[in-house]
Amino acid sequence: MNTREKAIEKLIFICAAVSVAAVALITIFIFAQGMPAIQRVGLFRFVFGTTWSPTNGSYGILPLIAGSMAVTLGALVIGIPTGLGCAVFLSEVVTKRQAGFFRSAIELLAGIPSVVYGFFGLAIIVPLVRGLAGAVAPDAGATGLSVLSGAIILAIMILPTIVSISVNSIESVPNAYREASYALGADRRETVTKVILPAARSGIFSSIILGMGRAIGETMAVLLITGNVAVVPHSIFAPTATMTGTIAMEMSYAAPDHQQALFAIGIVLFVIIVILNGFAQVVMRRFGGAAA
Amino acid sequence: MENKFTVRGLNLYYGDFQALKNINIDIPEHKVTALIGPSGCGKSTFLRTLDRMQDTVEGARVEGQILFDGEDIYRRDCDVIKLRKKVGMVFQSPNPFPKSIYENIVYGPRVHGITEKKKLDEIVERTLKEVALWDETKDRLNDSALGMSGGQQQRLCIARCLAVEPEVILMDEPTSALDPVATAKIEGLMHELSKKYTIVIVTHNMQQAGRISDQTAFFLLGELLEVNPTDKIFSDPDNIKTEEYISGRFG
Repeated sequence: MNTREKAIEKLIFICAAVSVAAVALITIFIFAQGMPAIQRVGLFRFVFGTTWSPTNGSYGILPLIAGSMAVTLGALVIGIPTGLGCAVFLSEVVTKRQAGFFRSAIELLAGIPSVVYGFFGLAIIVPLVRGLAGAVAPDAGATGLSVLSGAIILAIMILPTIVSISVNSIESVPNAYREASYALGADRRETVTKVILPAARSGIFSSIILGMGRAIGETMAVLLITGNVAVVPHSIFAPTATMTGTIAMEMSYAAPDHQQALFAIGIVLFVIIVILNGFAQVVMRRFGGAAA
Repeated sequence: MENKFTVRGLNLYYGDFQALKNINIDIPEHKVTALIGPSGCGKSTFLRTLDRMQDTVEGARVEGQILFDGEDIYRRDCDVIKLRKKVGMVFQSPNPFPKSIYENIVYGPRVHGITEKKKLDEIVERTLKEVALWDETKDRLNDSALGMSGGQQQRLCIARCLAVEPEVILMDEPTSALDPVATAKIEGLMHELSKKYTIVIVTHNMQQAGRISDQTAFFLLGELLEVNPTDKIFSDPDNIKTEEYISGRFG
């Protein structure tokens, strides 16, 4: 029994070690591949340079960072209210059985391959956005391949994350809080906004961070519908390019210098995500506890 | 003696199961009415019909009449929010919100439209004094209520209930999760409160019913078997079942 337990202990230690090793190896690999490019160009000129034109030897990724930020922010602006509204509806308004139907539909969203989202966006969202842009500014000649299209698709893609984690945390709010609120004469709106959502805030917050991570890392869908023009977008109808999309698109034909620059974009992406995670943990520790 | 509640022919069903059978009882104003009986007899369910809290239970259905100050609270256009402002409730386990002591108390008043800081401060001080918690908490009103002891939490919940100025306080085994010292404090408090409020309390504890109540109602299997002045119930009950239960032969 004892030897068997020891063996199992070793085995699961290896499992844990593998995941840590994977993170370490990936980190080492992208830094080894990308650092030479950053050294050559200079960190400041690389991150804040406004021209991304690798064939002309110009490696400024600010437009790509701006593109990624713009679509991610847009996705959050659309996705957070929608996701939260949906979560409140499922956990506080409808019966368990009705909620089950909605939840399986939403969870199905999470299983759809991202290229299908991209295709859907290309076929449905892009023409809609083109029409909208045409109505707003008829002379601009917008194609619909834009920040807004990317943001809408990403918002749909992060819905399952936001909804399912938020529903779980709302449902784990003790029923005693609901009863206390109703017994004091509060209605459902007051109970939800003043008692339930504050009590569930740490879970809701982590759902948003996870959704944001998914949005910033998403590649294929945004690649298909944002237009891939490496300029800082000046409006939501303007085309843009993201860091991930640029890496995916250009890697196949890149010359060695260019390739290193793409890995360097990977480093920047990596650092941004590490900062986001760190920020999320700090905020959660400060505001996430049960008490006010 | 005015009757606060007049209950006539009350039936309550959960789906096919009938939890309350033809309940008739009068609950007099400014008195303590204790509801006793073995587990599952319907006493808590009955308590929760008085402020319509069982409305939140899926599949519950009510027949009959409950008059509160002469008005039927189960009529279609009854304002449940107004009713619950007048009929407060204290639950079995202390359930303060995960907010500060101050925020717990002002939650109800704010819901009912009081926003003025000075007024809210007054309410906090008045209610905390009423439950004898002011001296212990006046310097830490912004601390989380969850950091208090169980007995303090329950007194805070009573203060929170008083903050909306109810006329009736329903208590669902308010001391069953507390130690004897905290229980004694809450019982003393109930005695004070009964001068101003009408109290209906569910209790498992026969001695407690005897100590604090003026009138006692004995429930068994969804039926109300006997309502009488507490002295009479404990010395000379009308119903043989009541006597058996009180003397500990079942339950």
